[in-house]
Amino acid sequence: MTQDKYHAALPGHADFELPAPRPAKPLNGNRPGRRRALPAANGHNQAQIEAAAPEPAKELDQVDKELDQIDIWDQRVANGLAFLRRRLAGAYEVDDFGFDPELNDTIFHPMLRVLYRDWFRTEVFGIENVPEVGSGLVVGNHSGTLALDALMLTVALRDQHPADRHLRLLGADLVFRMPVLSELARKAGATVACNPDAERLMTDGELVGVFPEGFKGIGKRFSERYKLQRFGRGGFVSAALRTGTPIVPVAIVGAEEIYPILADLKPLARLLGMPYFPVTPTFPWLGPLGLVPLPSKWLIEFCPPIPTAHLTESADDPMVVYNLADQVRETIQATLHSLLEKRPDPFGL
Amino acid sequence: MVTGVSRFLGARVAARLAADPRVDRVIGLDPLDPPPALAGLLADVELIQADARAASGVIAELGAEAVVHLAVTSAPDPHGGGRAAMKEQNVIGTMQLLAAAQGAGRLRKLVVRSSTAAYGASFRDPAVFTEDTEPRAVPRGSFARDILDIEGYVRGFRRRRPGVAATVLRFAPFISSTAETSLTRYFAQPLIPTVLGRDARLQFVHVDDALEILHRSVVEDHPGTFNVAGAGVLALSQAVRRAGRISLPLPEGTLSSFAALARSAGIGQIGLDQIDLFVHGRVVDTGRLVKEFGFTPRTTAAAFDDFVRGHHAGQALNADRLAAAERAILDGIRRVRAAATQEQEPASP
Repeated sequence: MTQDKYHAALPGHADFELPAPRPAKPLNGNRPGRRRALPAANGHNQAQIEAAAPEPAKELDQVDKELDQIDIWDQRVANGLAFLRRRLAGAYEVDDFGFDPELNDTIFHPMLRVLYRDWFRTEVFGIENVPEVGSGLVVGNHSGTLALDALMLTVALRDQHPADRHLRLLGADLVFRMPVLSELARKAGATVACNPDAERLMTDGELVGVFPEGFKGIGKRFSERYKLQRFGRGGFVSAALRTGTPIVPVAIVGAEEIYPILADLKPLARLLGMPYFPVTPTFPWLGPLGLVPLPSKWLIEFCPPIPTAHLTESADDPMVVYNLADQVRETIQATLHSLLEKRPDPFGL
Repeated sequence: MVTGVSRFLGARVAARLAADPRVDRVIGLDPLDPPPALAGLLADVELIQADARAASGVIAELGAEAVVHLAVTSAPDPHGGGRAAMKEQNVIGTMQLLAAAQGAGRLRKLVVRSSTAAYGASFRDPAVFTEDTEPRAVPRGSFARDILDIEGYVRGFRRRRPGVAATVLRFAPFISSTAETSLTRYFAQPLIPTVLGRDARLQFVHVDDALEILHRSVVEDHPGTFNVAGAGVLALSQAVRRAGRISLPLPEGTLSSFAALARSAGIGQIGLDQIDLFVHGRVVDTGRLVKEFGFTPRTTAAAFDDFVRGHHAGQALNADRLAAAERAILDGIRRVRAAATQEQEPASP
């Protein structure tokens, strides 16, 4: 048997074929100035609408609306106070990993949503490929100097998924070494990327997010954008195989442009104990202002899940693990290219 | 035979065993006389005032069938010889007791008190420890180091006497409305120093549940190592709030030096053990315990509630006061609005 034949006969590889690229339809590329003005009032004549509406009814509406406004604000104040009381009294639940769903839904996600919706104008495709119930392992490409792509992916799944799923991220141990950041990460549902934790989360039926490129992905130069880095040892695959969890590859386009790394000051990074020290067009020149991400257009596409339930016994077979990791990597790379064709202008609307 | 009967846990276990008809004779071994508060409990227990060095004679002479080793101290007692005495008792005491037990022909059972501190403290630790997790780093705390030594001796004992059912119980910190440990004293302070930027995940076990588990491991047969903790997790900040206390976050170094100062002044008992716990947190999986013993300890939150019920004095903010404040603010808003509308109404006919 030749090596190629052996390679093809292994489970997890034989039935794998890269999806055929679809014809790309550009989603943006129009600069704001060239945008066609929307027809006013959905094509109706404003004067006609005003004439059709009887005057007294409008006044009543106005009063109702004012009352509603007061009610809404009453409700908001009451909710806010109740939230504050629950927080101060400690009357909330955290799970074994330190995940605090209430804090996420009331504080973290509303703040991230501003970035997600208004700053990055994120669009999501293929959300139906993420399982509605039970565990799933979402594997993505990592980029953008600071791991904003992980946070945006969390918001996308919470907001766009029909089951409003929480994404439980696996983070590098550097994150959990740093004070403050480690606790924010734990409260947001992240945990250390190690097999026991990943398997425990997947056994509990959670949706787990992982970026196998790690610091190699987020710390790469702008000239290498959208080129996937090495995928480590494929530990994420063996964790998924052991628990029979389907793997959902996800391609994220847009994070590469938010802080383009022009140079990496390695000696300074080593001095500060960081994996890289980025020099971007704005950082460190503008100080804290350099931390404002550039407003690129983001596209996130979830690919069809790769089932692993039939491969549970092969979790320790390095060949199967390597092949599956390779399949995930190729799928993400191909999806990245098709998404890039859809988005000819990185900063267009 | 029970060691450490002059202390809270030992006295209670000995009394419970003496009350059980399945146990013929209970002998308490302790170098110190039990304090008057515990003496009443020990009416049916034969006391031998000797340290572990004398144990070799005692165990063989009496033909003890089960040895319960509880003479393990978690914090140095400044009046009883400090750290040196603690190490003497924990490590040397265990070594001598196990050497004696090894030579005792009639011995069938050995129960040793251990602690979840056996898992050490490292940033790369998984979020939840199972009994099979190996410590990644040697802990800084003296108690945790002693625990590692003690478990090492028990491993050696198991190898040499495979016929004896050895049970090692790794307890989470004890808590109840009446228990007195360094952690309960810590949570009873009005102002609680914590580590800045860290919010450890904590687990507790209720003393009554710990007694039940110890009792069952003597009268039933449960060889092996088991985590004993209440299910669920409290974040340190959450626990402080539930106790109605106020936390005082200090940088880790400052807290260490304050703790050292307080220790030398004989006021506080926060050691490196506690600081490690507050930086890293510690959560264990109790699945094996529940399956083997058929007994589920009350949850961490329920155990902590019991502690809070016994320590109402010194509360700054409790749930009732917060609820009252919330009601007062909402009433205030309503009253102001009512006054405003009353003022408006005469103006508009």
